[in-house]
Amino acid sequence: MTLTEDPATTAVEKEVGKARRRKEDARLITGRTTWTDNMVLPGMLHMSVVRSPVAHGKISSIDVSAAKAAPGVVAVFTGRDIADEQGSIPCAWPVTPDMVNPGHPSLAVDEVNHVGEGVAVIIARSRAAAADAIELVDVDYEPLPPVLDMEEAVKADADLCHDHTQSNTSYHFVFDAGEAGTGTDTEQAFADAEVVVSRRFVNQRLIPAFMEPRSVVVQPQGDNYTMWSATQVPHILRVMLASVTGVPEHKLRVIAPDVGGGFGGKLQVNPEEVIALLVARRLGKPVKWTETRSESLMTAHHGRDQIQYVDIASDREGNVKALRVRLLADMGAYLRLITPGVPALGAFMFPAIYKFPAYRFECDGVFTNKVPTDAYRGAGRPEATFAIERIMDELAVELGMDPLELRRKNWIQAQEFPFTTVAGLEYDSGDYETATQQALELIGYDELREEQRRRRESNDPVQLGIGFSTFTEMCGLAPSRVLGSLSFGAGGWEHAAIRMLPTGKVEVVTGSTPHGQGHETAWSQLVADALGVPFEDVEVLHGDTAIATKGLDTYGSRSLVVGGTAVVKAAEKVIAKARKVAAHLLEANEDDLEFADGRFSVRGTPGASLAIQEIALAVFAAHDYPEGIEPSIDADATFDPVNFSFPHGTHICAMEVDTDTGFVKIRKYACVDDVGTIVNPLIVEGQVHGGLAQGIAQALYEEAVYDADGNLTTGTFVDYLVPSAADLPHFDTGNTVHEAPGNPIGAKGVGEAGCIASTPAVVNAALDAVRHLGVSDIRMPLTPERVWRAIHQGGDGGDRAAAGTNAYGGASTESTTGVSTPASSLGGDR
Amino acid sequence: MTRVSMRVDGVTYTDEVEPRTLLVHHLREALGKVGTVVGCDTSNCGACTVHLDGQAVKSCTVLAVQADGAEVTTIEGIAEPGGALHPVQKAFHEMHGLQCGYCTPGMIMASIDLLKENPDPSDAEVREGIEGNLCRCTGYQNIVRAVQQAAGEMKSSSAGTAAPETTGAQA
Repeated sequence: MTLTEDPATTAVEKEVGKARRRKEDARLITGRTTWTDNMVLPGMLHMSVVRSPVAHGKISSIDVSAAKAAPGVVAVFTGRDIADEQGSIPCAWPVTPDMVNPGHPSLAVDEVNHVGEGVAVIIARSRAAAADAIELVDVDYEPLPPVLDMEEAVKADADLCHDHTQSNTSYHFVFDAGEAGTGTDTEQAFADAEVVVSRRFVNQRLIPAFMEPRSVVVQPQGDNYTMWSATQVPHILRVMLASVTGVPEHKLRVIAPDVGGGFGGKLQVNPEEVIALLVARRLGKPVKWTETRSESLMTAHHGRDQIQYVDIASDREGNVKALRVRLLADMGAYLRLITPGVPALGAFMFPAIYKFPAYRFECDGVFTNKVPTDAYRGAGRPEATFAIERIMDELAVELGMDPLELRRKNWIQAQEFPFTTVAGLEYDSGDYETATQQALELIGYDELREEQRRRRESNDPVQLGIGFSTFTEMCGLAPSRVLGSLSFGAGGWEHAAIRMLPTGKVEVVTGSTPHGQGHETAWSQLVADALGVPFEDVEVLHGDTAIATKGLDTYGSRSLVVGGTAVVKAAEKVIAKARKVAAHLLEANEDDLEFADGRFSVRGTPGASLAIQEIALAVFAAHDYPEGIEPSIDADATFDPVNFSFPHGTHICAMEVDTDTGFVKIRKYACVDDVGTIVNPLIVEGQVHGGLAQGIAQALYEEAVYDADGNLTTGTFVDYLVPSAADLPHFDTGNTVHEAPGNPIGAKGVGEAGCIASTPAVVNAALDAVRHLGVSDIRMPLTPERVWRAIHQGGDGGDRAAAGTNAYGGASTESTTGVSTPASSLGGDR
Repeated sequence: MTRVSMRVDGVTYTDEVEPRTLLVHHLREALGKVGTVVGCDTSNCGACTVHLDGQAVKSCTVLAVQADGAEVTTIEGIAEPGGALHPVQKAFHEMHGLQCGYCTPGMIMASIDLLKENPDPSDAEVREGIEGNLCRCTGYQNIVRAVQQAAGEMKSSSAGTAAPETTGAQA
């Protein structure tokens, strides 16, 4: 009897699509971790930072003598001491040619511009000695009026954040679809419109609040320096440190060991990284700095912080005609790595999934005496998504239409992809209707609407609302040429290398540096499929510029889309090189070779085959290989995408609002996301969950609040409400899959989706619950106090209790005595 | 300086400490127990959670001198000596209950304590039980699943029945 093999059952099971448990976990669940703060080196010194207690002032004197004499203190450096070598923290994104960059010293020299700005550093033999000596540094400040409110700051007679600038405006960025040739005249469209709705939205300041505080260790070795840092971007950091400090790039090695989250907050060149390098150079000793949580909240860059003026035009049937957006975007006191670029990146996402014929965007980047803003999960796109998804609901109310019907009437249809939007972006693939249908089923939409009706009719004190967000985002940052056209200072490619070891194991080197995303697992799955090697035999190396020599790191949902593709391209090159060796060893023509499941076989010659591991060993021995080629099948690849990728999805929130107390509670949350091909469903689900938590937290819990003197009043986790498990609901998640045509994996990116989509769904849901009570907006976060005030007193709920008041009780240290400003509610000396 | 002696993960250590030294700093800096980490200054995040005489404590709220004579267990001491993972460790891996992993040591130590008090917690009970521990990556859903999965495994093994192999085979 002849046994016939069914190819479908004998084929090696594909790794892509499998819910592989993560390789990374083993060390993380046992505490065998390599966080930067774990690092101890012989002779290592500890650095602490003396920080400004005033938001804006001239430094009139600094006395460090007592600190220098303190036990265990090795050195004290002020901004003046390092003024000639510290350069300026780099800004890589001059969004307009005339953008004003006031310069950003790592340590303030003459003037401080936000509370928490470093004015001196203490170098001591222990962490405690360095911390103790902070109090001994005596700094006198001559207070200047703090600039805190953007709408005040842009007025003609406003106080200045930087007295050597003409105004508080850093730049004025405009995208006009009419001028760009991607749309019609926006002003005309508004003039002709039957219906216009205008709103002012506040997208509040947030703090990334990664769990691992920032930490850096620098070890000098002759004129070489190794820096370990809790960073998302070791490669970018290396280039930037070289340009800032003059330490040549080839003398610098940057290592990102285990990194405990980033969310954009570790996409930065931190002042403390620069100073630690300078101090290590001066003293010739290893130096460590690890921040406290209060330092982190007060001085690591913040995110969001926009005031959005949005106008939307439509006809009476709900066909949208035009969108006009004006932003005030808070830069904070300085421009950091991509501070000005964040709102500019968002510029292209306001039209979202809707077919607007006309669109105009204007943004003023505004200086204030607060910590700089920069990337935070989504970076520009959550702000844009919030504005458009909120104003679509407002338009629906104005038209008396169902909010979903209005969206459906205007969104791009599945058969219209690829679709070029009014912002000039070419959306790659998707189906908004199918995702929406699935999400409606997932949440049980009809029953919820019925319950909403019942509660409304019975005047239930707990009202129910349902909110939508049908979103898209631009991911896979980024096509280098597009970045060039937007004046970004670098490209968006990614690099990978594959090393085929003689024992048959495989090393994959990636320039995309993970900090929790699971690259080691996902990349192993990609390579296992591409090369036909076991998942377990693949080791992924990353995060060390001496090992992963080229890379542009991890942000903007780019790792899989760009970095994963580089890995796949490198694998293709490995196979191409191995094919020549296989042909030689099998004495066959290259064209007669088939490569499947890790083996080259000769078509029509059963039994004649070689595994790729055997070829790796053969070129290692190099006894017998073809003339004219190198004895290696290792390869590397650099992938530069041609277009962004555009994940999309429909998020639906059902919200209970207690009209007596103002307490809001998410009853149900369902979302269906299309992130293209799913390499690992477990990781994708985890990314969506985490993104949802952060997006919901913006809607309900988190806000960086400053008082009238510019003190951050949310400077600990007591006051800055990162949600706990008890604060968040269960999420029902699903997926549709439309492959991204722009990369061979078909992936679109998932890191930011949940964070971008969820915020407006939550706010829309709360408003849907109480709109019949006359509420049309509630400021985020929707604290019970704000919700109650909006219901019972009208308006949008107003400022937080601590905002703009004087939360600072009085002089607590010698260095703050006598500090006051005209804006202080207490006035005079304190 | 004050002399303190404590047993940490089965090893006895005697050291001179400054009275103000927090237990977490003593563990990390004097004993090299760097698996336990610091996430905040205000005992909000729980990343530093360890067991002190069998009770979960935030080791940033305990002075090293208060742990004199105590038995301390950290994330490094909960697996079997032979290397077999604690059911809660295993469940965090299985259920993808961690991403960056920084909160994980504290989250696991708090979860073990929770399961001791309540061997069969509901979704809401897990959420309330671990609300003193912050995670910024996972949105908590998979942590809740992990704790419940571990509860199931611990119950069946303590009942004397063979613990079912978890679905880790394919992983």
